[in-house]
Order: sequence, then structure tokens, then C-alpha cells
Amino acid sequence: RLWCRGPQCCMMGYLSVSLQPRAVNVDLQTDATLQVDISDALSERDKVKFTVHTKSTLPNFKQSEFSVVRQHEEFIWLHDSFVENEDYAGYIIPPAPPRPDFDASREKLQKLGEGEGSMTKEEFTKMKQELEAEYLAIFKKTVAMHEVFLCRVAAHPVLRKDLNFHVFLEYNQDLSVRGKNKKEKLEDFFKNVVKSADGVLVAGVKDVDDFFEHEKTFLLEYHNRVKDASAKSDRMIRSHKNAADDINRIASSLYTLGTQDSTDICKFFLKVTLLRWLCFKIEARVAADEDLKLADLLKYYLRESQAAKDLLYRRGRALVDYENANKALDKARAKNRDVLQAETSQQLCCHKFEKISESAKQELIDFKTRRVAAFRKNLVELAELELKHAKGNLQLLQSCLSVLKGDT
Amino acid sequence: PCNSDAHMELTTEKPSSSARKEPPASSGPRPAASFSPSPAAAAPKSMEQLEEEEEAKDSFDVDVSVTNPEKVGQYLPPAPSLCWSQHETSLPMFRNKTFSVRRRFSDFLGLYEKMSVKSSLHGCVIPPPPEKSVMGMTKVKVGKDDPSSAEFLERRRAALERYLQRVVCHPLLLQDPDVREFLEKEELPRAVNTQALSGAGFLKMINKASDAVNKMTIKMNESDTWFEDKLQEVESEEQQLRKLHAVVDSLVNHRKELCGNTAVFAKSMAMLGNSEDNTALSRALSQLAEVEDKMEQLHQEQAASDFFIFAELLADYIRLLGAVRGCFDQRMRAWQRWQEAQSTLQKKREAEAKLLWANKPDKLQQAKEEITEWEAKVTQYERDFDRIGVTVRKEVLRFEEEKAKDFKGQIVKYLESMLQSQQRLIKFWEAFLPEAKAIA
Repeated sequence: RLWCRGPQCCMMGYLSVSLQPRAVNVDLQTDATLQVDISDALSERDKVKFTVHTKSTLPNFKQSEFSVVRQHEEFIWLHDSFVENEDYAGYIIPPAPPRPDFDASREKLQKLGEGEGSMTKEEFTKMKQELEAEYLAIFKKTVAMHEVFLCRVAAHPVLRKDLNFHVFLEYNQDLSVRGKNKKEKLEDFFKNVVKSADGVLVAGVKDVDDFFEHEKTFLLEYHNRVKDASAKSDRMIRSHKNAADDINRIASSLYTLGTQDSTDICKFFLKVTLLRWLCFKIEARVAADEDLKLADLLKYYLRESQAAKDLLYRRGRALVDYENANKALDKARAKNRDVLQAETSQQLCCHKFEKISESAKQELIDFKTRRVAAFRKNLVELAELELKHAKGNLQLLQSCLSVLKGDT
Repeated sequence: PCNSDAHMELTTEKPSSSARKEPPASSGPRPAASFSPSPAAAAPKSMEQLEEEEEAKDSFDVDVSVTNPEKVGQYLPPAPSLCWSQHETSLPMFRNKTFSVRRRFSDFLGLYEKMSVKSSLHGCVIPPPPEKSVMGMTKVKVGKDDPSSAEFLERRRAALERYLQRVVCHPLLLQDPDVREFLEKEELPRAVNTQALSGAGFLKMINKASDAVNKMTIKMNESDTWFEDKLQEVESEEQQLRKLHAVVDSLVNHRKELCGNTAVFAKSMAMLGNSEDNTALSRALSQLAEVEDKMEQLHQEQAASDFFIFAELLADYIRLLGAVRGCFDQRMRAWQRWQEAQSTLQKKREAEAKLLWANKPDKLQQAKEEITEWEAKVTQYERDFDRIGVTVRKEVLRFEEEKAKDFKGQIVKYLESMLQSQQRLIKFWEAFLPEAKAIA
């Protein structure tokens, strides 16, 4: 159900969409004890409002089914709370959904509105339809990304029990999570800089454990290559979209030519145009589907592999802390000072490190399984879509040609 | 050893299209034209005969092909000619059935020049020769913008071929002795007066002439609105085609971009496949990279098709419509001439009357002679004007028929190339699908 508050509003970007829950890019076990989805979404000029719908048999919640309205910042707050929680250091934190970005699309719609006078009614209508479809596609994608995040959390054996998560799902007032102010943003920036420097340090240290050593090497390389592939797929898809846009314009030009004069060629163009139009629409849809399957998949795994790297980093930090604690203990014993303190500290570090290592191993194995499954699903779907479109295209071209050739 | 004399082109030639510095590249376009005339098809005999034959009716088909530019100094054997008809009778007009000659680019321009000034051909839609400049109307990046690049040469070759084919398709032009000489004569004298054509290009030339006509002070009263209406139609269609051409241009460029980006993407997928440690997935990703590589190939070919079939068709017709406008202008000029002659005659008559009154018998004789002379001219010009009107009407109708045929033929070709593309695309993805399903 697509509901639009009239063309004027469309230009401003008011769109309300009702969506079926769908898991994109991730193969998740849906569990009756806790099911989360985004049942509705409303795009307003400067924000998107998601209706988060929960069904649960868990005793933690007051009701078995309920909904709340959340905005993007609240998702980020939830994600960050996981990251900052020491207890979750040993888990891959599901990557935060990207910020909804309709700027480009809105700009195009606005330009179209301004240029309305300079094109024919048909051209305008067609372009408007195209842009609206584009807007809708972006909108659906952002909803899907937010939904996937929640589903991942709900599927995780430990994270699903998190109190903040429950508050997020249930508390039907605004969480009052304001956007981070400038100072905090700056602090974050420096934190990331330090982290990456550390990351380099940790990467240099060879791990005793073969499993983690292999994972570290693998993830570093994999992450870089996914990043590269993601960027290049974006560029490719943009070109494809540009070509498709041109084709749409050609089709509408031919249509105009066809309705011009009364000569034979005009009738011929008319016959051809409609078929070609459909043909070319398909090409545009191919570009859009490729976008969905391949590029989204790559983008998602870019973020997931980063999250996995973060896990390894945290483990690495824990290892460094543990080794430092060991050294401190040795020193303390040698000097026979603060030994108990040093022992406690060392035990804590050891415990922390082992706990992280244990869960990290499982997490990384799960990550691999998920990744392989997601790629499989998406590659198969991509191939099937390509085939479907190509066959459809083929049929149209064949019927188009038979019409033309049969024409006297 | 290259004949350096032959390399010295006229000043009308762009230096780049004359002797090239790099030995392996073709030393400027010197295409060989080969022909095979088919006989007059009185009535199409069987279904096997091609459409072209049926439409020919009582005119005959002469087939022209322009083979690839050759290196100066080497002699190419005559290229195999396309033979439409199944009959093999020879036309009395041509000495041989199959023959080829070597021509320079400027010779083609020269041919147009000769035809365009003939009064016998006034009112005819004379096909315009190809643009000399690389860019012409298009912003498509041809090769490396290098006149010696393969793409440029192919484009020029194809354009020259289409030009000649249109010339020989025209019943009047085929009869023209200059055309025959162009087709047959071993060596042609160098073409002169091609500055206008090779410099500013065909359309600028036409538009300049058009402006001159429009500046005339006496406006014609059209008894027949057909001419006015048709001219408007032609002008509006020209604008439409221009717009369309610009978009097709854009498409060609975007497809080329897509080509490049697909190739780059394919490489990055191959890299990703390499680092993936799940064997089946790794293999699938490598396969995907290969599929994307093949897609790049497809895009490349589709871009060429977009360009050579579609864009060039549009460019040709934009210029042809210019030529049609040119006919209308010629008719206007004929009318002008007639009007001017009439006014001159009027002046002569007035002069005679004055002389009669002034009683100067010797000058009177001269005046009478002039009047006779101008009376004859007026009659002649009126006849010319009528004749040209008839010609223009006929020509426009013939042109429209040709155009419809041409467009249809080209679009069919274009769609067929797209069809083949899709078929190959299907094969690629069908081969990939089991690999993707095999991931475990």
C-alpha cells in the first residue's frame, strides 16, 4: 500500500509505505519467542519514522504484541550502547544501519518540479514516475537496513536479553536520545583514530592461537577487498542507471516523434515505441535489481566484516592487557609488593581474555556461516533475476521485430 | 615505397587525414568503391527476391560498397561486391558488371559540389556528403580522438558508403554523367571548391544559403499551402531528431562508461573471490567476475551498435532534412529570379515607352531586342519555377518513402543486435546459476 499525499507533497518527499517484513542479506532463524519487524514507516521532510513491531512470548514484556515509533538516532543509541558495554566485548555487534539519505532523490524531485514548464506533459509524468520509484526504492532499502539490525539483535542469544533493547522495543515514549553534539562527535573522531592506530599495532602481533591468527589475516584482507568491490559496484550501477535514464528519454522522444505528423513513419514509431518502452523499462529494473542484490550485499558485508574486525581488536586489546598484567605480576612478585593486587588484576584480565576468546571463536564461525549463506542466497537470486529479465527482454524484442518485419 | 605526391592533399583536406606519420596506420582514407549493377527488375519474379528488388519497380539497383581505407602505395584487389539480384544481365550504362575505383575523401565532397550546382538537378534532394571533422554533431569520444584510430576510419568508411548508396538509389542522380564518372573513371581530377563543405560543414552551408533566401524583400504568396506546411514539418522534424540524437549520444557515452566500470568491478570481484576462504563461494565469486567480464564485452558491442546503427542514422537524417530544406530554398530562389526578371522586363518596357515618346529610333531597336530577350527569360524562369515546384513535391515524397524504409531497416537491425545481446546474456547467467547454487 503506497499512499501519497498528492503531487505537491510528493515533491516535498512525503511518502508513507507499508511493508512486509523481509530479511535482506541475512539468513536468520526466526524464533517465536521474540519476533521483531518494522511494520510501517513514514518519510517526512527531514526524518523517517519507523514503526517497530514486536511479538514475544518472553515474560520480560508486559504484552505479547506491541509497537513503538522510533527514529534513526534511537537505533544508533542502541547500537552504541552495545559497543560500549564491556560484557559484549566478545560478540560481533550487528552493524548500525546507515542514516536514511534522501537528499539526492529529493533534489532531483525538486529540480523536476522547477523544470515542469520546459517539458511536455508526457515527459514530465514519466520522469516524475521514475523519480518517485527511485525515492521509493531508497526508502524501502533504508527500512530494510533498520529492520535487519533489529532482527540480528533479536536472533543473538545474548544481545536479545539486553535491557536497552527491551526498552527500545517497548517504551512507547520518545527515548530522548538527541543527536550527538559537536563536542561528543569530536571525541568519537579521536577515539576512532586511536582505535585504528591500535588496530595496526595489534595486527602486527602474531597470535599464538592459529584460529585467530588465520582469522585476523583473512579479515584484514577480506574487508579491504569488500570495500573495493562495494565502491566499484556502486560506480558500475550508477553508469547502468545513467544508460537506462537515456533509454527512457529516447523512448519518450520516439513517442513524441510518433505523435507528430501523419506520415507512415509516425504509425511505425507508435507501434514500435510501446514495445520498446517496456523493453527499456526492464533494463532500468535490471539495474535496480543488481543494485539491490550485489551492491547491498557487498555494503552489508563491508559493515559486518568491520564489526568482526572490531571484535578481533577488542580481543587483541584484552590480550595486550592480559600480557601487561602478567608482566606487572612478575614485577610485583620480584619486588614482593602489591602482589595480591597484581594477582587479582591478572586473574581478571585472564578471565576477560578467555571469555572473549571463547565467544569470539563461535561468533567468527557463525559469521562465516552467515556470510556464505547470504552470498549464496543473493548470488542465486541475482542470477535468477538477470535471467528473468533477459528472457522477458528477449520476448519483447522478438515480438517487436515480428511486428516490424510483418509490417508493409 | 609510398608515393609522396599522392599524399599531398588539397588545402581542403584536413592535414590529419592525409599522410600519417605512423607507418602501420592507414595513410588517410582512400576507400575503394566497388559496384555490381543489377538489372532493371521489370516485375519481381519470386519471393526469394529481396524487398529492395520489389520496391525498385522500374528502376534498377546499383550496389555500392566502400571497403576499408587502404594504405597509399598498396593496391587492393576489388572487394567482393554485394549482389542483390539473381539476374546477371549487364546494364548498357556501365562498361563492366563489377568494378572498383580508388577515391579520396575530397572526391566525395567534389561529387556533391558538382551535383549541387546543376540546374537539371534543382529541387532534388541531393544526399549530403559525410562531415569532415571528427566531432561533427556528435560528442561521442571516437577512439582516442585520433583521426587514424580504427573507430574513426570505420565511421568514415560507413558514412561514405551510405552516402554513395543514397546517391545511386536516386533515379536522376544515377543518370548523371558526373556520378557515372565518379563511379567508373580510373583517375579523377582533384576536386576544387570544397572549402565550404570541408570547413564549416554541410549544415552550416545550407543554413547560410537559407538565411540569404529569407532576407529577400519580396515575400512569395503561396497559392499552394503544401510547400509552407511541408517545410514547417521538415523543420520541426529536424529539431526532434536533433534532440533525439543528443540523447543517443549521451547513451553511447554512458554505455562506454558502463563498460569501463564493469571491467573494473569484475577485477575487484575476482580479488574478493581470491580472499574468500570458503572454496565453493570463492569459485562462485570468480565465476561471477568472469560473467561480469563478458557483460563488459556485451556493453561494448551494444555501445557500438547504439552508435553505428542508431546515432549515425539520426545524424544522417538531420543532414538530409537540411538538404530537403535546401530544395525548398532553391524553389524560392527560382521564384525570386522569375520575379526579378519580371520587374526587369517591366523596366525595359517603361524604357521603351520613354524612348518612343522621346523619338529615338536607333535606341528603340535595341530596347525592343532587350524586351524580347527578357520576355523569353521571364517565360523561361516561370517554367523553371513550376518545374522545380513539381520536382520538389516529387522529391519530398520519394524522400519520405526512403526515410521510412531506412529507419525501419536500421531499427530492425538495431533491435536484432539487442536481441543477440540478450541471448548471449542468458547463456552467461545460465552457466553461472549452478555455480551459485553449489555454494555450501
